[in-house]
Amino acid sequence: MSVFVILEDRNGKITRSSWEAAAAAEALAAGAPVTAVLLGANTEALAAEAATGPFSRVIRVEHPLLAAYASDGYVTSLHQLLQKESPAHQVRDFAPRLATRFGQVLISDVIAIEPGPAFVRQLFQGRMNATYRHSASGPCFISVQAGAFRATAPASNAATTIETFVPEIAPADIRTTASAPFRASSQTVDLGSAQLIVGVGRGIKDESNIPVVQALATALGAELAASRPICDAGWLPMERQVGSSGQTVAPKLYLAIGISGAIQHLVGIKGSQCIVAINKDPHAPIFEIADYAIVGDLFEVVPALTAAVNAAKS
Amino acid sequence: MKIIVAIKQVPERDAPIRIDASGKWIEESDLQWSLNESDAYALEEALLLKEKSGDPTSEVIVLSAGPERVGVTLREALAKGADRAIHILADDLTSRDAFGLARLLAAAIAPEKPDLILTGLQSEDLGLGQTGVILAELLGLPHASLILKVEKTATGLSVKRELEEGWFQSIDLPLPALLTIQSGGNKLRYATLMGIKRAKSKECRILPAADLAAASAPVVTLATVTLPQKQKSTQFLTGSPAEVAATLVEKLRTEARVL
Repeated sequence: MSVFVILEDRNGKITRSSWEAAAAAEALAAGAPVTAVLLGANTEALAAEAATGPFSRVIRVEHPLLAAYASDGYVTSLHQLLQKESPAHQVRDFAPRLATRFGQVLISDVIAIEPGPAFVRQLFQGRMNATYRHSASGPCFISVQAGAFRATAPASNAATTIETFVPEIAPADIRTTASAPFRASSQTVDLGSAQLIVGVGRGIKDESNIPVVQALATALGAELAASRPICDAGWLPMERQVGSSGQTVAPKLYLAIGISGAIQHLVGIKGSQCIVAINKDPHAPIFEIADYAIVGDLFEVVPALTAAVNAAKS
Repeated sequence: MKIIVAIKQVPERDAPIRIDASGKWIEESDLQWSLNESDAYALEEALLLKEKSGDPTSEVIVLSAGPERVGVTLREALAKGADRAIHILADDLTSRDAFGLARLLAAAIAPEKPDLILTGLQSEDLGLGQTGVILAELLGLPHASLILKVEKTATGLSVKRELEEGWFQSIDLPLPALLTIQSGGNKLRYATLMGIKRAKSKECRILPAADLAAASAPVVTLATVTLPQKQKSTQFLTGSPAEVAATLVEKLRTEARVL
């Protein structure tokens, strides 16, 4: 088996999730060669960085039209490269399309690889796991869930060769034009450095109930944070959102209140030293990563907890 | 503008789910069903685009595949303001992979020649996040994913795409095109009583799956469904609210030493 891993970069560096994908590729290859693929207009420096990874080969897919990311450019170039070789945020945008062009189906957001190989991914927002197998001939495409694999520390690998591949792309092949990334507004809340965080999720039911958790945050001297649906609904500002589309936090204590624990939220709180979960559903995935768990009605437990914190202070 | 919104009926969020006897799926018989959340945002975006266009010939068509129960979700979309519905009647969805499902949708969409196709970003049950992107490839259309805002321009569309950690980008693309819509871009509307009444007389065309595309062997198969394993040893605290609160504060101070 030969394994190809497609690396992505941000601000001139290979991303953490790409290094995690490389770790998954290494595990899957089990000693077989792993080839890294980079795309861009000028990937020399990235190739040097990639050469420190566990790859036997680094292929630089180079073309002036690849200077800015576009799904069309990635799909066309990688289709040409993989046909020649006959052998994952951007990933979700281009990989399903690339797999389709090969008559394949991407196994997305893989969290573990079992012998076979069989690929484990989550269903029902983390409440179930499913094992998938690639049952056709031809290349198997997988993408890995952020945070599921531990990226190996780069070690110099003298055996890595670097090659360049120039795809045939015309400007008309790339049908979308993207602007440079921008932020909606300046971030005034830095949850990343907060030591105590009270996070609130759908279980709070209504905007009018937010004071229930705000009172606990105030008693603890904690920052108030939320899962995505709370910010989507406008109950708390977007800048208080924790998770893959919001901020990543690493407090001493994270209290997850009425948060079921979808993987997109869990990746944002994994760095917490201690996680407390309060949820009425005993099977909520948040309990899988909690240190202390309370199964119960948050509208009873949280006021009691606020009172207990205030009592302990006085 | 003719807009098709591909939507999915999924188990209601709080529904207790159990693995079925085959070990390959969940017990469906006692579940409640509802519209997938990001699909609701896709429908909202389509209805807004139609309203903003001011063009009386603009049309929003909702499309879904699944067994008979899916008709209820399509009828709800009609009540919110979609003009007509197409129901691909299929009882074997769990045995089709994302490619197999997208082929059905593409076969139903192609003769309609829409200007724009919208789907939700991903479903709450399978969470593949692929159906829309595969559809775009099958139909030969440009696409953009994770979209929060859509504006019509002279040459096509300008859309706001969500990246990670609070970053966005805008993307211009020509029509016809496909967009996968992220939750949270708009405020969702409710069906009005008048809308519910009108929906009863709107067209809901049924297309048997077998008439659209022959079932092909799946490329990817789901072997087993299991409950996730705990990653940590979790202490479950029990008692009255006052008791668990007092115990927790004590443990956070003396055991975890985080307070």
